Amino acid sequence: MLQRVMGLVLLGALGALGGCATAGGNPDDPFEGYNRAMFKFNDSVDKAVIKPVATGYKKVMPEVARTGVTNFFSNLGDVWIGVNNVLQGKVGPGVSDFGRFAINTTVGIFGLFDVASNAGLEKHNEDFGQTLGRWGVGPGAYVVLPILGPSDLRDGFSTLVVDWHGDPLWYVANIPTRNELVATHFVDQRANLLDASQLLDQAALDPYVYMRSAYLQRRRSLVYDGHPPREPDPDASSKSDPSGASPARAAAELPAAPPRSYDPVVPRNYDAVLDVSGEISAGLKSTSLQP
Amino acid sequence: MIKLLYALCFSLLATAVGAQDVAPGALIKSMSDEVIGIIKQDKDIKAGNRTKIDDLVEAKVLPHFNFDRMTALAMGRNWRKANAEQQKQLITEFRTLLVRTYSGALAAYKNEVIEFKPLHAAAGDTDVTVRTQVKRPGSEPIDIDYSMEKMPGGWKVYDVVVAGVSLVTNYRDSFNAEIRDGGVDGLIKSLDSKNRSLESQGTKSK
Repeated sequence: MLQRVMGLVLLGALGALGGCATAGGNPDDPFEGYNRAMFKFNDSVDKAVIKPVATGYKKVMPEVARTGVTNFFSNLGDVWIGVNNVLQGKVGPGVSDFGRFAINTTVGIFGLFDVASNAGLEKHNEDFGQTLGRWGVGPGAYVVLPILGPSDLRDGFSTLVVDWHGDPLWYVANIPTRNELVATHFVDQRANLLDASQLLDQAALDPYVYMRSAYLQRRRSLVYDGHPPREPDPDASSKSDPSGASPARAAAELPAAPPRSYDPVVPRNYDAVLDVSGEISAGLKSTSLQP
Repeated sequence: MIKLLYALCFSLLATAVGAQDVAPGALIKSMSDEVIGIIKQDKDIKAGNRTKIDDLVEAKVLPHFNFDRMTALAMGRNWRKANAEQQKQLITEFRTLLVRTYSGALAAYKNEVIEFKPLHAAAGDTDVTVRTQVKRPGSEPIDIDYSMEKMPGGWKVYDVVVAGVSLVTNYRDSFNAEIRDGGVDGLIKSLDSKNRSLESQGTKSK
């Protein structure tokens, strides 16, 4: 309910802001004024409340326990990840996600242990925003959501309106318990990012721009499952795409095209890797990966 | 989301070997193995000794990066706007920033395992992408790709793509914004002050 309200508020705010896009900025970020304000707001909420709580949580909880908590929530997420894989036509990976859930819920004791990863069933990253992307919906403008942070119109809609329906936590009947679980999940996620957020502060000239660029690149990569077609380089820097193929064609060929065999000096340790990649490309071929 | 920035640090888990004509994949592999080996054993580094980590990065990692090309790519079309002197300053400042930010992150290394994917390249290629995957227990694996080109002195890294986020592209956006506001000199100035503040933080935390 809360998220639904936030979604409506957000859409309203965006509608109102639509007219006041500033010129000269990043074309992906017409709402930069609002976004920067929200980024700042989120940052101060984080500094004042969320980060101290997460830091305390990390201090109090032994690492084994925290890993258990992370695994528990990660396990609940696997069902929705599987659904999205299937929606994207990737049945093999989807079945693997359901398998992960089955194994970790039972053998892994309600998901506290990630047994499935050790058994070779890899954790995936999918959500409804990626599904829409796979179906051809573009990201739209960059948007910073209250508390939840960087997003875009497509992903923001997906997060606020669709994804939470796929999260078992929201179906816990006892409301106080549910809220406690949601809060724990949130704090646990933040605690896992403590080192990273420090790095952001250090690496970025302007954390807002740095985060925006990272978010947009990351989501684009996720929609293509890690193999995005090359973007046309606006600056046409020194080298062009070595394959000479158009980006779309390159992407379509990527999974299926047999790699040009490489190099007389393949190191010995590649053998194991080659085995794995054989399985991966077989898996890719068996599913329709074409965007 | 921020997790991938964290992962950027592991992109520099990479080090030197002597031979010049090593295949690019083997180069990254031996780099990573050597640095991880050192980090695992060195008590000072584990305790967060910044000077020692900086030295390690300087000696083992940096020789395999082509900072001239990285800086030029991050500058994009603005590169030609900078004169020779400015270009030199930019390369130095950018290099310092990358070293400062990521050497500290090396200390955060836990039990990540780096796996190498097979290289798709023809024998005569001078520009290849080495694909690796960092696995951590309990979380989704992170892809780290190294864009490398063949130089007279061996293969050099000119971009690192972590979980789909290119270091060069990311800084290009930041550089663009800085240059739009204050010109090339403005960018040099903010890089410089960023580096200074990182330096003073570093000495304080020792």
